[in-house]
Amino acid sequence: MAVKYFQSTVLSNIQITDDIFVMTVLRHGASVSAGQFFMLKCWDQELTLMRPISVFQATEEHLLFMYRIVGQGTRKLAMLQEGDPISLLGGLGNGYPLEQLHGRIAVLGGGVGIPPLSLTARMLQEQGCTVDAYLGYRDQLFALDAFEPYCANIFVSSEQGPEGYRGFITDLLKPESYDAVLTCGPEVMMRKVAQLCAAQQVTCWCSMEHRMACGIGACLGCSIPTSEGMKRVCKDGPIFLSTHLFQEA
Amino acid sequence: MANLQTSVNGIPFKNPIIAASGTFGFGEEYHQLFDVSCLGGISSKGLTLKPKDGNLGIRVYETPSGMMNSVGLQNPGIEAFIKHYIPVMRQWDTVLIANMGGHSMDDYVTGASMLSEADIDMLELNISCPNVKSGGMAFGIKAEVAAEEVAAVRKVCHKPLIVKLSPNAENIVEMAKACEGAGADSLSLVNTFQAMAIDIHRRKPIFNNVYAGLSGAAIRPIALRMVHSVAKAVKIPVIGLGGITSAEDALAFMMAGASAVQIGTVNFTTPDAGKIIVEELNTLCEQEHIDNIRDIVGIL
Repeated sequence: MAVKYFQSTVLSNIQITDDIFVMTVLRHGASVSAGQFFMLKCWDQELTLMRPISVFQATEEHLLFMYRIVGQGTRKLAMLQEGDPISLLGGLGNGYPLEQLHGRIAVLGGGVGIPPLSLTARMLQEQGCTVDAYLGYRDQLFALDAFEPYCANIFVSSEQGPEGYRGFITDLLKPESYDAVLTCGPEVMMRKVAQLCAAQQVTCWCSMEHRMACGIGACLGCSIPTSEGMKRVCKDGPIFLSTHLFQEA
Repeated sequence: MANLQTSVNGIPFKNPIIAASGTFGFGEEYHQLFDVSCLGGISSKGLTLKPKDGNLGIRVYETPSGMMNSVGLQNPGIEAFIKHYIPVMRQWDTVLIANMGGHSMDDYVTGASMLSEADIDMLELNISCPNVKSGGMAFGIKAEVAAEEVAAVRKVCHKPLIVKLSPNAENIVEMAKACEGAGADSLSLVNTFQAMAIDIHRRKPIFNNVYAGLSGAAIRPIALRMVHSVAKAVKIPVIGLGGITSAEDALAFMMAGASAVQIGTVNFTTPDAGKIIVEELNTLCEQEHIDNIRDIVGIL
């Protein structure tokens, strides 16, 4: 699974909510697995650091990134149009341990943590798992159709919106129904998922997010404390066992 | 082909481009992307006597034309470096520089004697890390404190000794002269500038340590001035760094007096920057009719 730095081309960059976009770029043979990310940049020297974005979906030819505008880097990415050049470094990180996942799996995402679970659900289904998705939104729903083909059941919550269960998505999760739970989203949500899973002795994998500089494990800019010592989110993660991250879990 | 060969303290470099400490790990990660043997040298991640976990919280932060970092010298310790990383780095045909930081005079001396016996080409003494609360920075600010430390390390170090200077020194030229007087074989400058960023929404500093080190293109003109001033004032070789992002920048630092240069932050902006800058330096020298890159060192 070689990491590759390459120049690519934007095929489309579509706005799907007030601040969320889906960008499709040419893959150029880059390797990718569920839960991995790429470092992206569409600037020369105006910004210093590339931006880590997880993979939403992938085909033989294409990589899809679903991202929210949160700062100047993602704002520049959102301005890209068909045919524009873009630089990528990836696929990065360990990804979910697909070889260890069997039977019934729940994927639980919150907000912009939802997109990477779509590729994950697809790859799990392809290896014979039964996948249920739990998708937690603040208000506007997105990416639901990217789960429908791969999931037996889809549960939706929104904190403010009109659709689905009104409240937190963690209220709906019954970990005892699953062989493992995979989660991605705000840390406070993942911590809750970890607690629910720990109570039922169900394995839980969390996808961490962190500011990072190199993306490949050299700069130690994204190291976090775990029960196994300091770990680099970009290289040792972003996927960690919940019990390594959260003491009480 | 222009001749890019240079040398520092008798150590030959195939070209003057060195990966700067803290931005390149021990080279393995970047070697996946390009053959790091194309570099003149690699300066290791800053080492301390004992392994260090580094700082908690945000460690890297984008700023205008640069970035701030507060990693806090996370490293596996000198023993692990000697055992596990030197053999890896020795597979590559590039100058191996061990960068060492510390918290106390005892640590510096013990660490330096261990590294001096190990299979490294040069020792780069970091008296200037702004992100370690005790030691570190204090050694980098006061010339007389730095001189004491350099003299102590000099006694036990039998490898060429580079002293890496902080731009936060009270007077960078006095600092350079003091280190030269205390036995440094060469100087590298500059390390990061102490800086600050605030999250106005949380009403808190971005970094747990409040202050952090600023690097990248933003500091380049100041770094260039400091390299120029220091190179004029000392007789020992100077290695220039601070926001170098291109072959043009590298050449400017050499004209200002640097025998070699280090590239740091640009490794994050462009992961194969080292390889590209070496290639472009060759082309640039041809265009500028520089047959031998050593000829332009310190022409200004």
